[in-house]
Amino acid sequence: MSILVFAEHDNSTLKADTLKTVAAAQAMGGDIHILVAGSNCQAVAEQAAKANGVSKVFVADNAAYEHQLAENVSLLVTDLAGDYEHILATASTTGKNFMPRVAALLDVAQISDIIAVESADTFVRPIYAGNAIATVQSLDSKKVITVRPTGFDAVATDGNAEIIAIDTTTDAGISRHVSDEVSVSERPDLGAASVVISGGRGMQNGENFKLLEGIADKLGAAIGASRAAVDAGFVPNDMQVGQTGKIVAPDLYIAVGISGAIQHLAGMKDSKVIVAINKDAEAPIFQVADYGLVADLFDALPELESKL
Amino acid sequence: MKILVPIKRVIDYNVKVRVKSDNSNVDLANVKMAINPFCEIAVEEAVRLKEAGIATEVIAVSIGNKSCQEQLRTALALGADRAIQIDTDQNLDALNIAKLLQKIVEEEAPQLVILGKQSIDSDNNQTGQMLAALTGLAQGTFASEVKVEGDKVNVTREVDTGLQTIALNLPAIITSDLRLNEPRYASLPNIMKAKRKPLDVKSAADFGIDLSPRTTLLKVTPPAERQAGIIVESIDELVEKLRNEAKVIS
Repeated sequence: MSILVFAEHDNSTLKADTLKTVAAAQAMGGDIHILVAGSNCQAVAEQAAKANGVSKVFVADNAAYEHQLAENVSLLVTDLAGDYEHILATASTTGKNFMPRVAALLDVAQISDIIAVESADTFVRPIYAGNAIATVQSLDSKKVITVRPTGFDAVATDGNAEIIAIDTTTDAGISRHVSDEVSVSERPDLGAASVVISGGRGMQNGENFKLLEGIADKLGAAIGASRAAVDAGFVPNDMQVGQTGKIVAPDLYIAVGISGAIQHLAGMKDSKVIVAINKDAEAPIFQVADYGLVADLFDALPELESKL
Repeated sequence: MKILVPIKRVIDYNVKVRVKSDNSNVDLANVKMAINPFCEIAVEEAVRLKEAGIATEVIAVSIGNKSCQEQLRTALALGADRAIQIDTDQNLDALNIAKLLQKIVEEEAPQLVILGKQSIDSDNNQTGQMLAALTGLAQGTFASEVKVEGDKVNVTREVDTGLQTIALNLPAIITSDLRLNEPRYASLPNIMKAKRKPLDVKSAADFGIDLSPRTTLLKVTPPAERQAGIIVESIDELVEKLRNEAKVIS
């Protein structure tokens, strides 16, 4: 029994979420291999080789994989699939994009967004935006699975896997990368930060998000937003925490001016400690918060920054 | 250009979901149902492409029992030209849905298929990508902008790091994200007109596809409830608690 884990990366750095996906693989049990598909991505392979419990790292270093186009990557993974009983990827926008293609090419179902492993063929996943939790058994001989990283703790990086180059090129030739508009931030990545401070519609405008920055700087936090704040145009979409945005589970989540719609709670309710600051004492966010402060955020935020 | 829009009937997004007491599934008895929000965005995009003179015909398709005709009529009221119901009482895995849609793509030969990126019930986010794989077509998932240019379509995608634009050969498969557009409300005259638009019914069994399930739903449980904590009176108390009780700041 072997498990193939698809590495999430930007051609230079392995995303920490891959180490959580490896943890999910360990829970299934079997010989774990990692696939690094990219262009000039040798550094990623070296980082992946350190993941605990991984015996081999395959590197497909080719221009066809530079932007991880679903059409090309799915052919590569399908080519390699023969030897594996489980094929895993992080449930990121990359994994969600190409993995169902792999499943369909292999004529098997995909189990999306698992948060726990019951056994080698039975998995737990949220449905209805996290309002219900399903336990699902796969009846297929091969299991194609995406893993929600907040459900697993990263494995240690004390391993020493063998790195093996593969020179297959699978270029479907039907899609082309045009451009990226990458949000630049000096703060930690929302998905990886141990502290997240998010603003909602109560922030009133984009300019007021500056009030969160000083606090974020002191705590080393990432800054997020509710869908209401994104839809109102205060901040860009990639800052959105929620069912349709990023799912986060930091040690500390501070929700400021966020009422706590189901949509938003689905994206942050697994955080270890939740703080809510809202002037409406009836806001649903207080029902999930460990510490609530009923206050006007325009008074509370400057004071909080000064006392940290 | 013909555009095919597969849509799904799901629980209305405003309804609070409850798990059945025997933990077999969620309780959908007497619950308000609606067109999946992402599917509605897909219909809107197709109709806009028709209004812009790029598309000539918009066909909505749904898989389910007779009740999904209600959502097909909604799509027709929003501007789709005709509809197809693939009749089945089975609750199908995304792979089997994609296989049925593949047959419709072969019959109708659309230049674009636009789907919602995921349904708000099963949250799978699979059907569009699987259909693309089965038909061998390029895919633009999580689209926030769609521009048809000659024999290509440029799709701007919402990805974890920001936005990514890709160019796809036509025909192609697109799945809609939230910000692709804001769907219109169907006007009363259009709702009336939709009742007279053609709606074909085909039986899923007639396609000769093995639709046996690939997964078994063992149980469904409510999520662990998070206990509400305490209300602090001041920033000083909050900082003290975070530092000494929760120990999440230093």
